[in-house]
Amino acid sequence: MTEFEPKIVAFVCNWCTYAGADLTGTSRIKYAQNVKIIRFPCTGRIDFMLLLKAFGEGADGIIVSGCHPNDCHYTSGNFHARRRWIMFRGLLDLLGIDVRRIQYSWVSAAEGAKWADVVNTTVTAIRELGPYTDYAKVANYLEKEANV
Amino acid sequence: MTKLGFYPGCSLTGSSREYNESILVISKAAGIELVEIPDWNCCGATAAHNLNHELSVSLPARNLALAELAEMEELVVPCAACYNRLVMTQHELNENESLLATVSEKLQYKLKNDIKILNVVQFLEKYILPQLDELVKKPLSEDVACYYGCLLVRPNKVMKDARFEDPMSMDLIMQKLGAKAIDWPFKTECCGAGFSVSKTEIVGELSGRIVRSAVDRGAKAIVVACPMCHSNLDMRRPAIESYLKRKVDIPVIYITQAIALAMGLTPKQAGLQRHFVPVNLSVTQN
Amino acid sequence: MSKIGVFICHCGENISATVDCGKVAEVAGKLEGVAYSTDYKYMCSDPGQTIIKQMIKEKGLDGVVVAACSPRMHEPTFRKACSEAGLNPYLCEMANLREHCSWVHDKSDATTQKAIDIVRTLVEKVKHNKPLSTIKVPVTKTALVIGGGIAGIQASLDIANAGHQVVLVEKEPSIGGHMSQLSETFPTLDCSQCILTPRMVEVAQHPNITLMTYAELEKLDGFIGNFKATIRKKAKSLDEKLCTGCGLCTTKCPTKKIPSEFNEGLGYRTAIYVPFPQAVPNKPVIDKANCSYYQKGKCKVCEKVCPTGAIRFDQEDELVELEVGAVVVATGFNVMTTSEFSEYGYGKYPDVITGLQFERLASASGPTLGEIRRPSDGKIPEKIVFIACAGSRDPAKGKPYCSKICCMYTAKHAMLYQHKVHHGESYVFYMDIRAAGKNYDEFTRRAIVEDKVNYLRGRVSKVYEENGKLIVKGVDTLLNAKPVEIEADMVVLASAGVANPGSEELAQKMHISYDAYNFFSEAHPKLKPVETNTAGIYLAGACQAPKDIPETVSQASGAAAKVAILFSQNELSREPVVAVVNRSAPPLYSTCVGCFMCATACPYNAIGEEEIKDRKGNVIKKVAKVNPGLCQGCGTCVAFCRSKSIDLDGYTNEQMYSEVMALLNE
Repeated sequence: MTEFEPKIVAFVCNWCTYAGADLTGTSRIKYAQNVKIIRFPCTGRIDFMLLLKAFGEGADGIIVSGCHPNDCHYTSGNFHARRRWIMFRGLLDLLGIDVRRIQYSWVSAAEGAKWADVVNTTVTAIRELGPYTDYAKVANYLEKEANV
Repeated sequence: MTKLGFYPGCSLTGSSREYNESILVISKAAGIELVEIPDWNCCGATAAHNLNHELSVSLPARNLALAELAEMEELVVPCAACYNRLVMTQHELNENESLLATVSEKLQYKLKNDIKILNVVQFLEKYILPQLDELVKKPLSEDVACYYGCLLVRPNKVMKDARFEDPMSMDLIMQKLGAKAIDWPFKTECCGAGFSVSKTEIVGELSGRIVRSAVDRGAKAIVVACPMCHSNLDMRRPAIESYLKRKVDIPVIYITQAIALAMGLTPKQAGLQRHFVPVNLSVTQN
Repeated sequence: MSKIGVFICHCGENISATVDCGKVAEVAGKLEGVAYSTDYKYMCSDPGQTIIKQMIKEKGLDGVVVAACSPRMHEPTFRKACSEAGLNPYLCEMANLREHCSWVHDKSDATTQKAIDIVRTLVEKVKHNKPLSTIKVPVTKTALVIGGGIAGIQASLDIANAGHQVVLVEKEPSIGGHMSQLSETFPTLDCSQCILTPRMVEVAQHPNITLMTYAELEKLDGFIGNFKATIRKKAKSLDEKLCTGCGLCTTKCPTKKIPSEFNEGLGYRTAIYVPFPQAVPNKPVIDKANCSYYQKGKCKVCEKVCPTGAIRFDQEDELVELEVGAVVVATGFNVMTTSEFSEYGYGKYPDVITGLQFERLASASGPTLGEIRRPSDGKIPEKIVFIACAGSRDPAKGKPYCSKICCMYTAKHAMLYQHKVHHGESYVFYMDIRAAGKNYDEFTRRAIVEDKVNYLRGRVSKVYEENGKLIVKGVDTLLNAKPVEIEADMVVLASAGVANPGSEELAQKMHISYDAYNFFSEAHPKLKPVETNTAGIYLAGACQAPKDIPETVSQASGAAAKVAILFSQNELSREPVVAVVNRSAPPLYSTCVGCFMCATACPYNAIGEEEIKDRKGNVIKKVAKVNPGLCQGCGTCVAFCRSKSIDLDGYTNEQMYSEVMALLNE
């Protein structure tokens, strides 16, 4: 029986976490395979519908990562992202979505080692939670209904 | 009657009996009962941590375990070396889960490791200092040199004293007793420690410099909070005088004895007769 | 139907060592919409780029994905190549197979599969890319230089001599910085003020430079080529036009015992003061915190004696707004004070001083007129101990870095001492001697061989006072770790270079990065030492890291060159990654309902109102409109919009959703 390997999508900002992940690569620090990165200009751009779409398409876990507060390249994008997360966390939880599967972090361009750490910790945590099929089932059901 | 756990350690039952006597007598006067950990063992001191790491952690851990079983929340440890071993053990076991598991296995007891360990200065600050205004009957008047030795402020990572090169905790207590704690540079310098037995000349030199600095700056007594410090500065006075090439008669008293004297208790109750260097202060003169 | 070209790079062995590039190219070739797929050893090289350009033309590609290193590395390279081949550069994207895949995973099928997933994701994104054209903005050819030390002075002169306007802002009453405090400089033993003051005067007299002293940066808005800076000119209590710099007021001021900042606390100044005789501008300011009038309402002697009536009590701070195109940050550094050294006395021994304080003693215009004298009793020290690496290279003090200049200035101080006190004995406790510059090692050799300075390799564990002498307890490790005790008359700590207080706030005001020690971060440690991550803001001097004068001057000229490059264009091409509010046919015109939530989210005030009118001129609806000149492309507004009426070109909703879907579906 092959061990479950979670599929994790990382939504990161170009100026801090993407650069930090680049530094992880330049430093040749190895980390778990399961995370694939999508590049955004800023975490402020990240719409929570994108996160739900990811769950709907089969993601088992999500990482959202940006610049440390006060260090946003665009001044305040990460503050908006943080506020959005705080509001959505409650709403998503109410709707029955497993919010433990969304990891929020701040990784700066100088924190290559931290990025590897965030990835490994998240992969371990999601592996323990198991595959996430609940939301996808609902999303697909709604889609099918819409298509009829 | 406040009840606190008490770990006297080997010195307080042996060569530093006066330290034990003085802390018990002032605690009684302040309405505090110090309850010895039942069946306590030697903390291992320098010997254990020099030879075997696991032993050096297990010995103190057994004392902590016994204290926990006796439902003690706070533990007073007057001997600075015993205190250092207990606190370092607690710190190490907190940081290293596998070590905690090994030790718990050895002791056949799962250590919670959350007991609050107080050295004599912390104990005095928390329990005696608030009552000092009422308890002091015969304030001291002399200039004193507070000697902290090495273990009350080190290692800084664990002890976290902001003024570790020039601590003031004992100085402030002495000031409350009416004495003037002098500013001097040897507060935390080494006294020679274990060389007391193997190479006494080294203690003569190192403790000699400490004594010289205190005397030159006008101190009339050296106040300590550690049996080793006391032993080297008091019992090894001949070696000190040999190094300094002169007689020096500055007495060395435990801070608990200073408090006992200031409370109006007799020199005998404070255990002063056990010292090698006679203690002559204004409060002992009547 | 898309015709996308996929180009997989081996990056030598960097990617191909763990990823099967051939397989990736093969699988990519079979994706829907991919017209051509290949792999090559070095895509960024000339022949590599030629392949891309050829295939664009041959296959009529309408999109390109280069799967190679990080786009932060080579996106501009490949976009330029596409542009040269006639394909809009914004139809080219990069898939990061190196930093995010090959370098962080071991060789395996899973790694190759991950590479395939990454490529597929970007192919799907590119299908939704739209051609975009660069936005042109005008460049304001005025530079703002913050900091008037040697770095700021050099940068200002270079930019001004290149024909551009410069505004130099300095927070002290005079320019000059730490260099003006030094006595002589290594390795030539040039008198510091003698070489500095001509430059200071040049700055003051230069027609292209506007000097604002006793002023600080209050706010910085805008972006490269178009900054708006607000400068707070602190009230000097002086009408500068009337003041002749005669100095009479400073001689008559009754408040004389204020520790002088210029003399590092070793001397005094008055409340109305000029920091040093060669100050530029040579006009006094009133220190409100210590002036009798401002604190107690008494005195006003300066006003009475001033021959031109230049004193202006109750003058207010003035806020000045400047439009500048570039900013050079040259705010310098500071040194640790003796009070931060618990083992050397917590700052309570007056004869334990820092290297900078020693400079003031050695300086002919200093508090002792150039004689080395003990601050405690004014006597000349017979034995002096210099402690190098005081605080530097010491993780326990929170400063694991080397401060670079101390080995050199310690040798200099010891030499100056020996020259001034012929019979004196000097000792230097060192860990290493770092004398890497030109003529530097010869200089330190001179100290040892000619001036007989005693160098002891070892650290000092404690300094304490006994009978008026300072007992220095150290060790000589080259003599088998022999403990050494010296009875010194004076101890000089070569204390660590640190960032100025307020550096963190300043960096945040300008949105530039800074490191854990509050030194400002360069854009790339090797290749971009004078730029920051924020376009248009450059660094010069010790605010980036401790350094000596030759390096500072070099860096300042480097920053000036970057500014000159920027100013050599009349217009700057900006990336067209900007937000756009949708427009459609009447009667809708736009799905925007005019709630302006997006405007509240924009940190650049780039979103305004637009009135949509009918033929008669009646306003039908008010919708949001983005100013492409101001928009920086963060996209926060896009996530805010409830009706999905605003989108970010280059990261549209279509593009991002397609990326998510492609990532998770094979």
